[in-house]
Amino acid sequence: MTAQAAPTSAEPADTVETAAATPGREQPYAALGLRDEEYARIREILGRRPTDAELAMYSVMWSEHCSYKSSKVHLRRFGETTTDEMRRHLLAGIGENAGVVDVGDGWAVTFKIESHNHPSYVEPHQGAATGVGGIVRDIMAMGARPVAVMDGLRVGPLDAPDTARVLPGVVSGVGFYGNCLGLPNLGGEVVFDPTYAGNPLVNALCVGVLRSEDLHLAFASGVGNKIVLFGARTGLDGIGGVSVLASETFTGSAGGGGHKKLPSVQVGDPFAEKVLIECCLELYRAGLVVGIQDLGGAGLSCATSELASAGDGGMAIDLDAVPLRAKDMTPAEILSSESQERMCAVVTPENVDAFMAVCERWDVTATVIGEVTDGEHLRITAGGETVVDVPPRTVAHDGPVYHRPLARPESQDALQADTTAGLARPATPAELAETVARLAASPQLASREWVTDQYDRYVRGNTTAATPTDAGVLRLDDAADRGIALSVDCNARFCLLDPREGARLALAEAVRNVAATGARPVAVSDCLNFGSPEDPGVMWQFAEAVEGLAQGCAELGVPVTGGNVSFYNQTGTTAILPTPVVGVLGLVEDVRRAVPSGFGPDGDAVWLLGETRDELDGSAWAGVVHDHLGGRPPACDLAAEARLVEVMARGAAAGLLSGAHDVSDGGLAQALVEAAVVSGRGATVTPPPGGLDAAAALFSESAGRMLVSVPAVAEADLARLCVELGQPAARLGRVGGDVLAIEGVDPLDVAELGTLSRATLPAVLDA
Amino acid sequence: MSARVGVITFPGTLDDVDAARAVRYAGGEAVSLWHRDTDLQGVDAVVVPGGFSYGDYLRAGAIAARSPVMGPVVEAADRGLPVLGICNGFQILCEAGLLPGALVRNSGLRFICREIRLRVENAGTAWTADFTDGAEITVPLKSGEGRFVADDEALARLEGEGQVVFRYAEPAPNGALHDIAGVSSADGRVVGLMPHPEHAIDALTGPSTDGLGLFSSVLARLTAAA
Repeated sequence: MTAQAAPTSAEPADTVETAAATPGREQPYAALGLRDEEYARIREILGRRPTDAELAMYSVMWSEHCSYKSSKVHLRRFGETTTDEMRRHLLAGIGENAGVVDVGDGWAVTFKIESHNHPSYVEPHQGAATGVGGIVRDIMAMGARPVAVMDGLRVGPLDAPDTARVLPGVVSGVGFYGNCLGLPNLGGEVVFDPTYAGNPLVNALCVGVLRSEDLHLAFASGVGNKIVLFGARTGLDGIGGVSVLASETFTGSAGGGGHKKLPSVQVGDPFAEKVLIECCLELYRAGLVVGIQDLGGAGLSCATSELASAGDGGMAIDLDAVPLRAKDMTPAEILSSESQERMCAVVTPENVDAFMAVCERWDVTATVIGEVTDGEHLRITAGGETVVDVPPRTVAHDGPVYHRPLARPESQDALQADTTAGLARPATPAELAETVARLAASPQLASREWVTDQYDRYVRGNTTAATPTDAGVLRLDDAADRGIALSVDCNARFCLLDPREGARLALAEAVRNVAATGARPVAVSDCLNFGSPEDPGVMWQFAEAVEGLAQGCAELGVPVTGGNVSFYNQTGTTAILPTPVVGVLGLVEDVRRAVPSGFGPDGDAVWLLGETRDELDGSAWAGVVHDHLGGRPPACDLAAEARLVEVMARGAAAGLLSGAHDVSDGGLAQALVEAAVVSGRGATVTPPPGGLDAAAALFSESAGRMLVSVPAVAEADLARLCVELGQPAARLGRVGGDVLAIEGVDPLDVAELGTLSRATLPAVLDA
Repeated sequence: MSARVGVITFPGTLDDVDAARAVRYAGGEAVSLWHRDTDLQGVDAVVVPGGFSYGDYLRAGAIAARSPVMGPVVEAADRGLPVLGICNGFQILCEAGLLPGALVRNSGLRFICREIRLRVENAGTAWTADFTDGAEITVPLKSGEGRFVADDEALARLEGEGQVVFRYAEPAPNGALHDIAGVSSADGRVVGLMPHPEHAIDALTGPSTDGLGLFSSVLARLTAAA
């Protein structure tokens, strides 16, 4: 065995002084993902070359993930389309850690959805777990108690070999972290599609509740106020690209610098986060926090530069004070570490002792690492030397902005021309029944119980509805009956056919799901998952989707309060389906009057609200039966969706509705199957008239529809309400029996449909 | 005066708010106890709630069983104080030696969250007196290490002495021996179970209100004794 020099920190850190004295030293900026012109700009800002630590900060903060450099010019549309009227109930909007909505009676709700896609492919369990951990800290940083999570998951085909690795890993990660935190999981989505095989999507949503007066924002103000880092120690995990700097600094190859090569996916410790939540809430209650920021992507680089640039001055940080869990970490590594379960607070000097006492009570490590200063400098020292001296805004906010070229793909016309018109449609009662059952058992539509049975939905005792309901419903507090409804949705197949219309349809579906409970939508958070922004076709999809969503939100009068963008989701040159996942937050006046999911009691009438057109392009039927994706998505009429919201909200308040289920994937047939299975009741129904063939009537995915159950005594009132609001509605039949009897279709046994639907995922994942 | 029931919070405890709510719904007063407390504040009964105390590091319940507050709990239980352990609380009471047996990883190796039917096998304990023998109740089960195990001799004793308090009314989804969901101490004052009665106290948020029976059982007799 060859003796090898152990890595040491004897090598002097690259200081501002050294940097000024050695302007010509070559720096690995390209390996850190910076372009020539970006590096030149940094040198221009600083008037010298950056130090290693500064280079690490700029490279990570100017990355696509942190700076939104490719998406910024498009995301502006959300701000431009949001009117003052839409902002009326917003206490905080885009740009904060998460949007905050005033929901009345002194309560506020904050929520956000965020992606953790790439880490979840590398290491599904930890990648998904830390995705949940990160979004929960965003919510904590607003001063709220996190109260629930949801997740939108997308993986390759159910029978693809890697799905058996990715999906169980992701589900166990989401469950492990959320369950240990004591956050009920209200549901979400699981979607299978070949384009996600090498690029699974893990989009995690967290919602928090606070008293309006407890709102905390991320800013460092008040010269002399202390910066306190608390929570877990800082280690070498999640350093990612910055290891390039390490390999330059440390002698020796793979062996010598071996201790630096920890996985770049972070490891989550939900216990540490649970304690951190309770500790933070106690700190807020005691009024000990001026400003607060979570440490997520880009770690201390992000937290210090964002806090300082959002405040009114500069900041001085001493890295020697940062509690570490690895030896010999360089300043660049400490600043870039993405160790989980850490927070950074701004505290007045007189409150520091009290702050520390609360942390001690919860056994949370807390350390003063610096203070707010005047001037426009973020100055960071290590070993007594200055290793960073930068204007904080240039790191956090003045990153590059790109106007990426965009172009509608040439293949788009052919894709839209390839409609379902020529596909064989089932027609006989036997064929139709066989198709209904086949869809119900298909991976795309089958029961998600295998997934959701691994998530705690009961903890904290405020969950009044969770998957398989259309939306999750949560009571804000057990002393009041006010509640919220949440749903996350996206039909990415529609988005491929027409990204603008597809994004509007995703919005419409999420709104409809929330409306199914009787709630009114009040805010939107989006998670925009796309391929490479360097591909003009992908950039076109992105711009179209943003425009569709922004205009759609304006039309509905519901603001986008935050979200995130995930680019580079592609394998080779094949991008994922454009996937703008939309999360909608709705307000439930009285959770005790929320409409239950599925059918009402036996004897109640079954109604279909909304109009059915022959819209089978992009449908689950086309995908499952014909493996076909082409044509145009269903038309999206947001005025009709708004009317449906009104009918549902008024109907629920008046007690006219005993059950409801949104009509979307799989059309009316699948809505009937799901309502029957979830309620354990059959129904006898006739598809709505309208000159459609049976296949179109049953499998068309026309938007703006809801299946509702109505007690006999309420039918006249509902009819009057529909007339008053101009809501098209048709009475289909009655709830009752053990069989789903659809006119023109062979009868289907409800229990058998349930068994069939529940068997699909276990058959593959438990094999 | 209503009876006072202590609800312990360890770092990582999750269902303490639910347990306290269940005590209140059943007419008692919930008293928060902290893991570092060495005084039980004179409570009339104690609930050790579910969660992941101390992150379940080392072994589920092992660290909590040795925390300061458990000293007086064990002492008081020896003198007949009613103690209920739910899920992680059950694991803690086993680790503390107050209940026989142990809880290990589910046979399917996955966390399970779902409604489940339980049969009350012994309505003679401090926490089941409001039920009748053989009654069936529906409550949520949510755990990753809920498989009850004990050696043959211990199982025979538990069955023989009526210390099996709750049994899954269907094959135990976690592989628990003899489908055992909950057991008691020899004197019937200490009861532990894996499923969550505190999540079944209001039809709005739970599958039933069957869980209230455990809390009303103990409260009725405390009030009667007072």
